[in-house]
Amino acid sequence: MSYDYTKRTNYISDLPTMKAAHKILHETTFKPTLPQKGYNNRSLHIDLSNFKVTEKQISQQIKDTFIGGRGFGLWYLWNAINPETKWDDPENDIVISPGPLGGITQYPGSGKSLVVTLSPLTGIPIDSNVGGYFGPLLKFSGFDALEVQGKATTDIVIFIDGQTGTIRIEEAPLESVDSHITAEQFTHEYASGPGDLQNVSVVASGRGAENALIGCLNFSWYDLRRKGTRLKQAGRGGIGTVFRDKKLKAIVVRGPKVKGDENNPVDFDRIVKVGVKLHKEIHDLDDKQCRMRRQGTAHLVEIMDAYDLLPVNNFQFGKHPDVTGISSGVWDKRFTQGIPDGCWLGCSLACTKGADGHVVMTGPYKGHIVTVDGPEYETAAGVGANCGIFKPEWLLECNFYCDTYGIDTISFGTTCAFLMECYQREILNKDRTEGLELTWGNAHAQMELLHQISRGEGFGKIAGFGVHRLKQIFAERGWGDSKFLNDIGMEVKGLEYSQYISKESLAQQGGYALANKGPQHDEAWLIFMDMVNKQIPTFEDKAEALHYFPLFRTWFGLNGFCKLPWNDIEPADNAKTDEPSKVPEHVQNYCELYGAVTGKNITKEELISMSEGVYNFQRVFNLRMGKGLRRHDFPPYRSLGPVTREEYESRQERYDTQLKEVIGVDPQGKSVDEKIALHRKHREDQYEKLTDAVYKRRGWTKNGVPKIQTLRNLKIEFPDVIEVAQKYQD
Amino acid sequence: MKFLRPDSSKCEGKFVCERTCSKTFFKVEDSACSSIQVRQELKGFSLNVCNQCGECVSVCPVKALYRNKFGTVMVNKEACVSCFMCVGFCPTLSMRRGPNHKSPFKCVACGACVKTCPKGALALEEVDHSRLPA
Repeated sequence: MSYDYTKRTNYISDLPTMKAAHKILHETTFKPTLPQKGYNNRSLHIDLSNFKVTEKQISQQIKDTFIGGRGFGLWYLWNAINPETKWDDPENDIVISPGPLGGITQYPGSGKSLVVTLSPLTGIPIDSNVGGYFGPLLKFSGFDALEVQGKATTDIVIFIDGQTGTIRIEEAPLESVDSHITAEQFTHEYASGPGDLQNVSVVASGRGAENALIGCLNFSWYDLRRKGTRLKQAGRGGIGTVFRDKKLKAIVVRGPKVKGDENNPVDFDRIVKVGVKLHKEIHDLDDKQCRMRRQGTAHLVEIMDAYDLLPVNNFQFGKHPDVTGISSGVWDKRFTQGIPDGCWLGCSLACTKGADGHVVMTGPYKGHIVTVDGPEYETAAGVGANCGIFKPEWLLECNFYCDTYGIDTISFGTTCAFLMECYQREILNKDRTEGLELTWGNAHAQMELLHQISRGEGFGKIAGFGVHRLKQIFAERGWGDSKFLNDIGMEVKGLEYSQYISKESLAQQGGYALANKGPQHDEAWLIFMDMVNKQIPTFEDKAEALHYFPLFRTWFGLNGFCKLPWNDIEPADNAKTDEPSKVPEHVQNYCELYGAVTGKNITKEELISMSEGVYNFQRVFNLRMGKGLRRHDFPPYRSLGPVTREEYESRQERYDTQLKEVIGVDPQGKSVDEKIALHRKHREDQYEKLTDAVYKRRGWTKNGVPKIQTLRNLKIEFPDVIEVAQKYQD
Repeated sequence: MKFLRPDSSKCEGKFVCERTCSKTFFKVEDSACSSIQVRQELKGFSLNVCNQCGECVSVCPVKALYRNKFGTVMVNKEACVSCFMCVGFCPTLSMRRGPNHKSPFKCVACGACVKTCPKGALALEEVDHSRLPA
C-alpha cells in the first residue's frame, strides 16, 4: 500500500486570526551577520522574566576551551546557575548552539544543534543532539548560541528574524502547543511566502511536557516534497519540561536563504572534496551496509534481536519471536521512499524517514492524517519491544503522540516497560494504576498511559515523573520491595536507559553508567567491540575504549555534527585498517573539515584533546550540582546481569557455562537463586574493577573526581571550577 | 528527450569537445569546466557525459534539479545549496563541479560539441523520457 506523502490534516486555515491575537511584549533589533570561519563570535541572551535581550561577545579563550555546541551550552549554564539551582528556578538556562562546523551543507550530518539545560530528571546538566534547521539558521542570522533564561507568565513565542534583524517576544494564545501543529502554524505565520518556508525553523514541545519530567523538544524544518513541517527531537533529560515551565510555546528563527557557504570557511574546495567523497561512498555502499537511506536507524531492530541485545519486557530478555512485526522489512515498506530525508541540507545518509498517511487511532487527534517522523530504532525498541509491543501501527501511534506531546520516546519507553514489569510482578495492580491494565504487549493501555501523562491525570500524573521518582513513590507507598525496584528500574543519575541490553558487555555497562549525563548510548556504544568481536579483553583495553570513544563522540556535539555518518557507513576497505572500530578515514575527514572551516589544522590526537577539556568540565559541573561521584556511576543490576529466575532460566546454558568457565564454580546442584547470587557477586566486582581502570585512565581519583592536575593539563583553570573539584580531592 | 550520445570508438583525443563546452558555458578553455570529459585509456579514448537519466533529480534536497520541457535535466543555480550530493550520487559520474564553483554543472544537450567534433564522435539523439525517473 502506498501513501500520499503530501496529504495531511490542515492546521493552517485560520492563521490570520491566530496572528491577530499576538501581542508584542518586546521588540528589538540586531545587526544580522554571517559567521567567519564558522563563528560569529556573538551569542544571544534572552531573559523571559523581564524581556531583556542582550548580545554577548564570545572570547578567543572561550572558543579555544569550549569550541561550541555542547561546550558553549555547558559554559553558559555554569555561569547562569548556582549549586542550589533547581530545574524550575528562573535562572535555569536553555542553551541552543550548533557549533563552528554546524551548517555546512557539503558533508552529511552537519546541521545539528546541541541543547543544554539543568535536567529535571537528574538535577545535573543534560545535553541533547538534535537535527532540524534551527541551529544553522540561528548561526546564519548572527548568533553562535541562544540562551533563554527566566520565566514568562503567559504563553509566548520568541521570533528571531535574521533577514530583517528583528527579535520579538510575543504573546501567542491561539496556536497549538503540540509540536506537529505548532511547527506548521508558526512556520507559515513567520515565512514571508511559500519561497520562504524553508528558511524558517521552529523549536516547540507539547502539552505532555507541561505535566511530565520527561519532556522533549522538537526542532522543525520544512520538507519541500511533503509540503509540510518535519520534526526531530532533543529527546533526553526533560528539556521540553524546562521549556514549557518557562511558558515557551515556540522559538522561531527565520534565517537567510541558504547557499551553502555561509560559514565563510577558509577552504571551501577542501570541504567539498571530503563531502563528495562521502556522498559517493554512501551512494555505493549504503545499500550493502546499513540501508539508512531506506530504513533509517530502524534497520537495527533485527540485528539487535539476532545478537540478543534488543530490550524485551523491561530489559529482561534480548530477543522476541514476534520481532518481525517491527523489523526493517516493515519499515522499508511503510516509510516513503525515493525522496530526500535529511534533517539538514546535504545529508545524503538521509535517515530521517517518515511514515506518511498515518490515521490517528486514539486521543485528541483521532481521525487526523499525519506524517510520523520515524520510528527510529530507539523508539521501536523502547515503546515497542521493551513493552512487548510488536504492532507497527501502534508503534507509529505512540511515536506520533510522544513527539507531538513533547515526550521523550526513550524515557517513556523505559518508564512504561518498568511499570509493566511492576504490573507483571503485582507490585502494581488495576487499583493502583487507576484502571490501567499494564500487561506486556497491551498497546491500548500504553496509549492511555501516554494520554494520561499528557493531561497530568490519573496514574499518568506520577508515571510522567520517570523511573527514578517512581521507585521512590512506590517505596513510600509500600508497593514492592525497594531493593528489587532498584534492581529493575533502569536509570542512572535519574535518567532512563536507552535501548540496548548490556548484560554481556562489561564495557557497555560502563559506557552507560559512567556517562556524564546519564545512561545514553551517545557517549559510547562498545557492545560489538567488546562482546562480539572480543577486541578489548582486558580492563585496560576497556578503559582505553571508555576514554577514547566518549571523547571522540563528544567532539560531534562540540562542532554540530551527527554521529551516524561516522560509522553507520564505512569505507569499503575499513576492515583492513589498523583500527576499524574507529573508522580512521572518517576521523581524518573530520580533521579535514575542521581545518577547512576554521583554518586551524588538527591531528586526530588534537581532536580528542578538544573534547577532553569539555568532558572533564562537565564532570566537575556534576559535582557542583551534587552528583559526579563514584556512587552516582553505579548501575541497576538489571544492566549487569540476570535479576530474576526467569531471566536466568531463559539463558541458563550461557549463565551456567560462565559459572564454570569464567567464575570457576560448578553449577551442578546449585539452586537458581544461588547461581544468580554468584553471578551478581562476580559481575558487580567486575564492574568495580572496570570503574577503577576507567577513572585511572581518565586522570580521576578513585572516587571519580578529575584530579586538579588533570584539569590544569586540560587548561580548565577557571578558579571556580578548580574550587569545586578541590573539595573532592581525597 | 534530447541527449548527447558519444561514440568513443570514433574519438581520437583531440579534446575539441571539452574546449567547446567549457568555452560555451564558462568562457574558458579548461577541461575541468567541461561537461563532457575525454579520458585516455590503455587503448583509445573514453567519453563521459550525462545521459539525462534523471536519478539526481530525486536526490536534490531543494529541487534545484529538474527536467525542462524538452526533458533535459537542468541545474537551477539560484535554488542550489552547494551540497553536491548530486555529484556523489550520479550513477555515471557525469555531474561535475569546477574549481571554486559553488554549484554543479552538467551537459544540457545543447549540441555545441556535436558541431565542432572533428571525428563525428558525438550526436544528439531523441528518446522518450516519459518512463525515466523524475
